[in-house]
Amino acid sequence: MPEEMKTLVVTGLRTQFNTAKGPVAAVRDVNLKVARGEIVGLVGESGSGKSVTGLSIMGLIDAPGEITAGAILLNGEDLRKASPKRLRELRGDRIAMIFQDPMMTLNPVLRIDTQMIEAIRVHDHKVGRQEARERCRDALGLVGIPSPEERLEAYPHEFSGGMRQRVAIAIAMLNRPDIIIADEPTTALDVTIQSQILAQMQKLCRDTGTALIWITHDLTVVAGLTDRVYVMYAGDVVEEAPVEDLLDRPIHPYTDGLIRSIPSHNAPGQPLNQIPGITPALDRMPAGCRFHPRCPRRTDACLEEIALRSFGPAREARCIHPLVEG
Amino acid sequence: MTAFLLRRLSQTVITLLVMSVLVFVGIYMVGNPIDILISASATPAERQQIITAMGLDLPVWQQYWIFLKNALAGDLGNSFVYNQPAIRLILSRMPATLELAFSAFVIALLIGIPLGLYAGLKPRAVGSRGVMVFSILGFSLPTFWIGLMMILVFSVYLGWLPASGRGQTVNVLGVPLSILTLDGLSHLVLPALNLALFKISLVIRLTRAGVIECMQMDYVRFARAKGVPEARIVLLHVLKNTLIPLITVIGLELGSLIAFAVVTETIFAWPGMGKLIIDAIGVLDRPLILAYLLMTVVMFTIINLIVDICYSLADPRVRLGEDSRS
Ligand SMILES: Nc1ncnc2c1ncn2[C@@H]1O[C@H](COP(=O)(O)OP(=O)(O)OP(=O)(O)O)[C@@H](O)[C@H]1O
Ligand SMILES: [Mg+2]
Repeated sequence: MPEEMKTLVVTGLRTQFNTAKGPVAAVRDVNLKVARGEIVGLVGESGSGKSVTGLSIMGLIDAPGEITAGAILLNGEDLRKASPKRLRELRGDRIAMIFQDPMMTLNPVLRIDTQMIEAIRVHDHKVGRQEARERCRDALGLVGIPSPEERLEAYPHEFSGGMRQRVAIAIAMLNRPDIIIADEPTTALDVTIQSQILAQMQKLCRDTGTALIWITHDLTVVAGLTDRVYVMYAGDVVEEAPVEDLLDRPIHPYTDGLIRSIPSHNAPGQPLNQIPGITPALDRMPAGCRFHPRCPRRTDACLEEIALRSFGPAREARCIHPLVEG
Repeated sequence: MTAFLLRRLSQTVITLLVMSVLVFVGIYMVGNPIDILISASATPAERQQIITAMGLDLPVWQQYWIFLKNALAGDLGNSFVYNQPAIRLILSRMPATLELAFSAFVIALLIGIPLGLYAGLKPRAVGSRGVMVFSILGFSLPTFWIGLMMILVFSVYLGWLPASGRGQTVNVLGVPLSILTLDGLSHLVLPALNLALFKISLVIRLTRAGVIECMQMDYVRFARAKGVPEARIVLLHVLKNTLIPLITVIGLELGSLIAFAVVTETIFAWPGMGKLIIDAIGVLDRPLILAYLLMTVVMFTIINLIVDICYSLADPRVRLGEDSRS
């Protein structure tokens, strides 16, 4: 598929925060490609820059943060060159986002119908209130909210966490966007609700042809949900692969470490594997490969900057000591 | 709701009782009004006659008992000095005080909320710093001094506005109001501004703090992700969340405006209750002092009730009678 046909193409994205100690890059060099209707995972430990990547794509990075390099093409249009007005038109219409904490994403003092109807009417003034209302009701029904007509009149505090997240998903889907960025929307929910929402989300995206970037730190979520996965570490994408390949034959030692630390991956009674050390702070990033201080395969050569390399079709990794040779 | 109102009513009755006992005992201990009221040249016989007429020869508990019986029949006694029903004296002066306090209240909101909003949205702008300096001054400079300065500048030097009295009034439903005539309005401006100054500073600070807090919330980010224009985010999503806590504080401040009006009325010779009560305290005019304080309790109760109702209307999470704040 040619690049311009992709729903989203991010190249060389760099986002930094201007702190008292000078600028620090939370996202250093991120490349992402999402095809129409594709479901893509973005995986990494806490602090690896997943949320910052998502917010950068949405154009929602606030001061002191700033995108300093790269291009973000949505259906071929560069969002970094778009005017604030154009960005606002696209947000919520062609590209939507859902956040992690369902208790905080809905405005506590506005009724659900107010918050849903505005999402339609700010993009299309010609839609009447009644028609907008009906669309909202149907959207609530689609995400599995019982008696949606009455629930439209409710306030967020009258919903459980899981139900609130469904409402947020319904809002994101309202205008049938081309792509939704979901930033760990099920992390705060319990496991049964999580799997229900995952299945529903997958079905909705498949049915409507909406592409999805699912941000998570949980590889098991990615396994069932996504087509392709990007693994992030300390602001870099370190590996990209179709989901089965990634889980069966990881290339980057960091990906390997992540897979080994999944509890069900170990024989019962065995001590859990874990990656030694912690993610370095943004202002204390090691030179070269940012993972090398924690890597079992490191050599002096890892102190040089390492570029993303191709390891066969649809596979890339940022490593000179890969577990699988390309 | 009924239970809530009944509880409020009983609380008010208890407050009124306790208050009247305290005032009775307090004035009894401070001194004998007879010494102040009767001229030194009066004969002992005249003196005795007046004491008996006022009922001051009875033991204090008996005096209180008589007061209570009359009060239940709606009679709070005659002023020692004016020899008129105390309640009528208070009521004749009350419109002036209420007009002053309400004007100050409205001014505080009309000036305080927009300035606070601006300072909260652009905390680093030069204008915002100016607003904050203004609010610090409003907080720390004494009201009476500012009042005198206002008279000096606007009445004495510039000669724009009158410095004392109510000006021409119009009767609305038997209540004289200054605000409806140009002359009355020009008399009202300076005292109302003077009384409002402290509250403007308070409203600015509360609004600013609320706006800064709300702008960081996830629901603002989610509204942006929906493509909601910034103006709607600020004026609907943020302002509503900011105003709810403001209602409680501001409502109670309305009560303190009525109390603080005493100072402003004295400076601007505004013919309200404040002047009356100051004089009454000077001559230990017990019925008048009592009537004033009891009226104040009733007024505070009504204001609190209105505040609670407004609060429960504004905040969907609060239902009257269920909360423990009453
Ligand atoms: N407003 C900010 N100011 C300064 N640093 C920030 C800011 N927002 C994020 N960061 C930094 O950027 C880095 C990446 O943060 P990000 O929120 O993207 O991590 P994440 O991968 O989403 O982690 P998590 O799984 O905990 O959500 C972190 O080190 C964080 O401290
Ligand atoms: Mg995150």
